[in-house]
Amino acid sequence: MLNRLRQAPPRYWLVLVVAVFFVGLPSVATNFQTFEWAEVLIYAIAIMGLNILVGYNGQISLGHGAFMALGAYTTAILVHRYHIDYLATIPAAGLLTGAVGFLFGIPALRLSALYLALATFALAVVTPSLIKRPVSITKGTEGIVLLPPVPPFGLQITSEVWLYFLTLGIATVLFWLAWNLVRHRPGRALRAIRDGDVAAAASGVNVAGYKTLAFGISAFYAGIAGSLYGVATSYVSPDTFPVSLSILLLVGSVVGGLGSIPGPLLGGIAAFFLPILSQQWVPAQTWIPAQIASAVEKAGPAVSYGALLILIMIFAPNGGVGLIRTGYGILQSRLRAAGDRGTGQAPPDAQTV
Amino acid sequence: MAKTGRRLAALVTFLVALAGCGGSGNTPVTATDVGVTSSTILLGNTIAQSGPAAAYGTIAYAEAAYFNYINSQGGVNGRTITFKILDDGYNPANTVPLTKQLVEQDQVFAMFSGLGTQTQTSVQAYLNAKKVPQLFVATGATTFSKDYSTNTWTLGWQPAYQGESRIYAADVIKNHPTAKIGVLYQNDDYGADYLKGLTDGLGSNASMIIDKQSYDVTAANVTSQLVHLKASGADTIFLFSTPGFTIPALVTITKLGWTPSQIYLNSVSAPQVYMGIAAKAGAALQNVTSVSYLKDPTDPQWASDAGMQLYKTVIAKCPTCNVNDSFNIYGVAVAYTMVDVLKQAGSNMTRANVINIAANQLNESNPFLLPGVSLKTSSTDHFPITQEQVITWSANAWHLQGSLIDERGTLK
Repeated sequence: MLNRLRQAPPRYWLVLVVAVFFVGLPSVATNFQTFEWAEVLIYAIAIMGLNILVGYNGQISLGHGAFMALGAYTTAILVHRYHIDYLATIPAAGLLTGAVGFLFGIPALRLSALYLALATFALAVVTPSLIKRPVSITKGTEGIVLLPPVPPFGLQITSEVWLYFLTLGIATVLFWLAWNLVRHRPGRALRAIRDGDVAAAASGVNVAGYKTLAFGISAFYAGIAGSLYGVATSYVSPDTFPVSLSILLLVGSVVGGLGSIPGPLLGGIAAFFLPILSQQWVPAQTWIPAQIASAVEKAGPAVSYGALLILIMIFAPNGGVGLIRTGYGILQSRLRAAGDRGTGQAPPDAQTV
Repeated sequence: MAKTGRRLAALVTFLVALAGCGGSGNTPVTATDVGVTSSTILLGNTIAQSGPAAAYGTIAYAEAAYFNYINSQGGVNGRTITFKILDDGYNPANTVPLTKQLVEQDQVFAMFSGLGTQTQTSVQAYLNAKKVPQLFVATGATTFSKDYSTNTWTLGWQPAYQGESRIYAADVIKNHPTAKIGVLYQNDDYGADYLKGLTDGLGSNASMIIDKQSYDVTAANVTSQLVHLKASGADTIFLFSTPGFTIPALVTITKLGWTPSQIYLNSVSAPQVYMGIAAKAGAALQNVTSVSYLKDPTDPQWASDAGMQLYKTVIAKCPTCNVNDSFNIYGVAVAYTMVDVLKQAGSNMTRANVINIAANQLNESNPFLLPGVSLKTSSTDHFPITQEQVITWSANAWHLQGSLIDERGTLK
């Protein structure tokens, strides 16, 4: 047993650490910090959806904010107009958005990378206006106010902590599903299409089927995330889903690391905390020269956000996951070398550092 | 085995560090109420400093400049005001976490002058549930002061949009009783609020409105709507639009060779800078009318006015503020009211007392508002400013016409 534990690949240990971190977080964090991490997980779910589409299937989308909007409005309308319990609306929002995403995937088949980016971008641009149109359903620009989620079974926890555990549970299931998806036949097909769709078709992969499927699954994730987003902010309105949300998601997926399972989690952390850091942490740093600080303040937080992004892309071109892999590789070779120096022999089990 | 030990050590270190991070930022404040110490009062604000409404961002800097000025004069009853500004980019999804941060982590005493209708609606329920004053929201949406009975921790400040357009209605009925009115309005709550006020204000004369045209904020231009309005035979035009549409609308009216006998602009679009841009782009700006309640920093008649001189002293300390931008005098004026309320609260510096004074007992003449404008609230009226004066544009400047028109009591 101990031997098996010793031989477990290091990423299993990492998963354990991450699990301990997320389960234990609310017991050490303040109510507000717990809420922040719930939002991180919501972003992570949306980015996982985007990751399946962009990272694993090679189709670009600048319009996932629109799918989130659909999910959020599905929940808001079902709760507000039809008084359905919000928990029941979350899968409904996911399935409806998934179906719409699947349908959107059909015309997307005809568009190559750049044009698909433009088409999805257009979707993101028109979304706020589309929401305003059916005023009787969406309440137009007034938006829909929801009540904060109430913990079930009379649990003595705050609404924020409940939201956090709800989101954590859903995120765990969705990440596990994504992990299974990419390891098996559909995942191999998706990657084969990404790397060369002609070759994939020649090998018998149903290119059109898998491409639309990827869009559908991706939108399903975004719909779930949008639904939780509406529940978390307790308010949905057209301005909640600007174009910048879609771009934020794409940035998050790239910063986290495309085509990997832990990447979206790092992406969620980046998508939520980078704008806050650039706004609140950067101006408070006394070591940044005064001229630069005042120029940044004048131009607004977008400048420091951009600067942070550039730094990340220089030092971690493959995203957070790439950085960790590189770092681990360096560490491993160092430790191996240390073993050599100490005994004059190669370490007995080089794989388990 | 040594390696397992090293891994465990790393894990433990990580968890200890994690516990260390989590526990911080939660020190309780010992004072009369959250956010107040014996020497400071902490106020929070969310505003758009990036995104589509970034032009409003300067309001918060002007407010901060006024608080700094008050602090340099000894503060409010010996307490200095700390003002924390966060950028929400005009997006309600950002306003919610940022407001929670200000309330729960930074522990502000009150939220002050948060900007935007949707953004402030998104946190209204939260702030009321937490009993945190949401004071003097920077939007003219009528709902904020109108719904005081259900949201007793929220209060507006500027004249409500409906009240403003009732003043236009009063001016039309009095001075242009035969006008044939055409309305261009933005297709959202903002435009609808204005239109409702005009229709209600005209009352039995509502048939004077012969045509209404709307546009969406995402529209490229408003030319077809204006062509339609011209064809309808209207001779009096109302532009209930945001500056980004008002300016091209004024230019288009001139290009169509159309000279309506009156063009009414809402006060949001009226600042001198926008008129300058419209004039440069070729707008004739004939017969243009609006209303105002603030002193215009570019108007020479206030050059020796004490309030205007104080404004210029205050704003000189704000490096990013343009002294001629009327958003800045707005910021200084609303900050003046905030300081006034805090001064009245005196030693009883609790959230409940402050919101009570603001919502029920306000009676102030503000040096940055037009002479005669008074801010009043009572137990039955929670609209602080209801008076405005008609202004007309000529010789590259706004000129005050007639006297103040008061709509107090018409909005409930």
